[in-house]
Amino acid sequence: MRALFLALLLLFAAPLAADPTMPPAALADTPLPDAAQEAKAQALMHELRCLVCQNQSIADSHADMAGDMRALVRSKIAAGESPDEVRAWLIKRYGDWVSFNPPTHGAALGLWLAPLLFLGVGLLLALRLFRRRGSETKA
Amino acid sequence: MTETPETPARSWLTRLAIYGPLLLFAVFVVFVGSQLGRETRVTVTSKLIGQPMPAVNLPGLGGAPGLTSADFKTGKPVLVNVFASWCIPCRVEAPQLARLTAMGVTVNGIAVRDAPDDVAAFLKTNGNPFTRVGLDKTGQTQITLGSSGVPETFVIDGRGIIRYQHIGEIRPEHIALLMAKLTEAGR
Repeated sequence: MRALFLALLLLFAAPLAADPTMPPAALADTPLPDAAQEAKAQALMHELRCLVCQNQSIADSHADMAGDMRALVRSKIAAGESPDEVRAWLIKRYGDWVSFNPPTHGAALGLWLAPLLFLGVGLLLALRLFRRRGSETKA
Repeated sequence: MTETPETPARSWLTRLAIYGPLLLFAVFVVFVGSQLGRETRVTVTSKLIGQPMPAVNLPGLGGAPGLTSADFKTGKPVLVNVFASWCIPCRVEAPQLARLTAMGVTVNGIAVRDAPDDVAAFLKTNGNPFTRVGLDKTGQTQITLGSSGVPETFVIDGRGIIRYQHIGEIRPEHIALLMAKLTEAGR
């Protein structure tokens, strides 16, 4: 009975407001007037990781911080920076982790090279198989 | 088609070719399976430790001076507390910030995504430990610092170099560590 009462209390409890009261930055959800710049910004947003809602991109997330990061990306792209420069700027602050695109150095290099390696091994195997077949038909 | 002659004992190479991939796959499954229950949430730390504090130019509360880069080149190590009135752990750490100021530490605040009135009310309720408060209304300064949440506290040395980042609220057991980091930064 007591547990039920407590559960009921919980049900009607008002959650403590733990969300910012400020409206998001203007550029968080307003596209840039230049369509080409907006497309560049959008593409980059899909490759940047939201820091508070991990494993979502900042383009997909409704978190306040993701909105701030979208505003940052848009304002930097509007100021003429390239997407790679903006990405590098963020990586300098948050590490490679902030980008969904793995870096092309260090341990992550294996991720980029592995497909080539597998393709090479596959080709080699296929080649050997075809050669053997060829020599069998000749015999 | 001619019948291939029976080879009773397969060579080890053939056996490896047959069972090797299967074994590799089994290893892969076991590895992936063992990682399934792992907590994957990562604490994102600022990569600016050891780097100069980025340029900061924030307005202050109700006519009071805001927070600028000049406040970090005073020759004395300071703390920068990234906080917000809407952040509950920030209320929890308020007494610890008060303790630090009582010990003679300069604490500057950056209020993230916050309305001036709310910040003023927050400081009235929880006490104001800050020498300077800067209003970061759109959270852009927070990103510049490589900070990913509230509260966070940075130790900045007298030349404006970021020396340490404390993530989460400051609890009584963290005071000694922060004081040690401040002393280290003051050397």
